[in-house]
Amino acid sequence: MESRFRILFLIAALVGLSGCAATKNLFGFGDESAPPPTAEPPGQVIEPEVERREVREPAIDREDFEIGAYVGIMSIEDFGSNVAYGARIAYHITEGFFLEGTVGQSEGGLTSFEVLSGGARIIADSERKLTYYNLNLGYNILPGEVFLGEGRAYNTNLYLIAGLGSTRFAGDDRFTVNFGAGYRFLLTDSVALHIDFRDHLFDIDLLGEEKTAHNLEGHLGVTVFF
Amino acid sequence: MSEHSITTIPSTPQPTRSAWCGCLVAVVLLVCQSAPLQAADEYRSVAVADPYLELRTGPGRGYPVFHVVDRGETVDVIKQRTEWYLVRAANGKEGWVDRAQMEKTLQPDGEQVSFARATIEDFTNAKWETGVLAGDFGGANIVSLYGGYSLNPNIAIELWASQILGNFSNGWMGSVNLVHETWPEWRVSPFFTLGAGVIHTEPKSTIIQGPDRTDQVGHVGAGFRIYATRRFLLRAEYKSYVVFTSRDENEEVEEWKVGFAFFF
Repeated sequence: MESRFRILFLIAALVGLSGCAATKNLFGFGDESAPPPTAEPPGQVIEPEVERREVREPAIDREDFEIGAYVGIMSIEDFGSNVAYGARIAYHITEGFFLEGTVGQSEGGLTSFEVLSGGARIIADSERKLTYYNLNLGYNILPGEVFLGEGRAYNTNLYLIAGLGSTRFAGDDRFTVNFGAGYRFLLTDSVALHIDFRDHLFDIDLLGEEKTAHNLEGHLGVTVFF
Repeated sequence: MSEHSITTIPSTPQPTRSAWCGCLVAVVLLVCQSAPLQAADEYRSVAVADPYLELRTGPGRGYPVFHVVDRGETVDVIKQRTEWYLVRAANGKEGWVDRAQMEKTLQPDGEQVSFARATIEDFTNAKWETGVLAGDFGGANIVSLYGGYSLNPNIAIELWASQILGNFSNGWMGSVNLVHETWPEWRVSPFFTLGAGVIHTEPKSTIIQGPDRTDQVGHVGAGFRIYATRRFLLRAEYKSYVVFTSRDENEEVEEWKVGFAFFF
C-alpha cells in the first residue's frame, strides 16, 4: 500500500514540475521578457524597387545513415562454428567516426564432451540458438582507393569498431563486449560491400567454471547509404 | 536638338510593339526552357566565388583532387555526407567538396550560401535527442537507449529502455523521465531527473530457479550533458532507484552510467 502512495507522490511531483516549466521562469533562469518593439524611425520610408528573384532552395539530400545485411560464419567457443547472419545500421557522425548497431544470430553445435559421451546433453537444443545485439563506435582508420584495371577506381575504408551489447545463448542473456575490424568497398557513392571480423566476448559457466568466451565472427555484407 | 526630340516622340509606340514581340519571344523561350529548368531545380545550384573549387574523389581529406571548377562557374549540389558535398560541374564531372569550400560559394541571387551546421545553440535549443548509455546498476551491467523531447530549453521528457545483465539475474527496465536543465546554454550542462517505470527481473537459469518478477520503480538522479561537436554530446548520470517490491521491504539500487547521444 505504501508503494502506491509513493507512486502517487511521484506523479504529483512530475505534474507539478511540468507546470512550473510552463512559466519559463523556474528558479529564475528563464528567458527575460522581450523588449517592447522600437517605434518606427521618423522620416521617409524608402521602398526599394528591386525585384528579388524567387529562388526555391531544394533541401540537400543527406546520406549519413547506412543500412544493410550480412552473412558469414561464427565460431562459438566450445560449441563449434556455424552460419551467422544479421543486419546493421550505422550513422556517420564525421568522415572518421560512426555509430553502429548490429543484430545477428547463429547456432551452437555439440561440444566435444557431448560428442564423446554419446547421448549426454549440456543444454537443450532449443537453447543452442545464439542471438545478439551490439552498439558500437567505429572509426575509419585507413580511407583509400583501389583500382581495377586502368579506368576504374573505387573508394574503400578500413575501419575499427568496438562496443557492447547482449548475447542470448544457453538460456541466458550475457553482457557482451565486441571489437573488430572491417573493410568497406564502395561500389557506387551509395552502395558498399563489407568484409568484417569481430570477436564477441562474454562470460559463460556451462562447462564447470566461469570463463570469458571468445566467439569469432567473420562475415560479408552489403549496405546502402540513405 | 528639337528635331531629334520630334522624331523620338512619335516613335514611342514602336518600342511598345517591339516590347510585345520581346515578351512573346520570352514566353516561348520560357516554355521551351521550363522543362530543363525544373530538372535543374531538383538540385541546389551554387556559383564558385573563390578562385576555384576543388573536387575530390571521395568524402574525406585524404582523397585526391581530380578536378577544379573555376570562379564564376556553377555546380549542382547532389547530396551531403557528414561534412562533404557531392557536386556536379557543368561538364558532368562529379566530386566531393568540403564544407569550408562550399561556404564560399554563392546563390543565384549573389548572396553567400549558408550550409547549416549544428552549433552549441542547437545543443541548447534542439527539440529531439537520442542516445546510448552503459554502466553499473547495483553491481550488474546495464545498457540503455533513450529518446527525449524538449518542451523548452529547460525541461525535457525522456523515454528509457534498459537491459540489465547481472551475475545472478537479468532483466529489463522501461521508464519515463522528466529532466530539468538549470543552465541549458552551458557547454557542460548539469541536469536533475525524476521518473517512474517498471523493472522485470529473471533469475539466471544456471544458478537459481526463482520466479520472474515485474515491479514498479521510481527514481531521482542528476548528471551532465556535455556538448562534444556538431550534433554530438556526451552524457554521464547517477540515478537512485526505489523498486516497489511485493515483499515487506523496498529495494534501493544505485546506478552510474556514461554514454553518448545526438540531437536533431
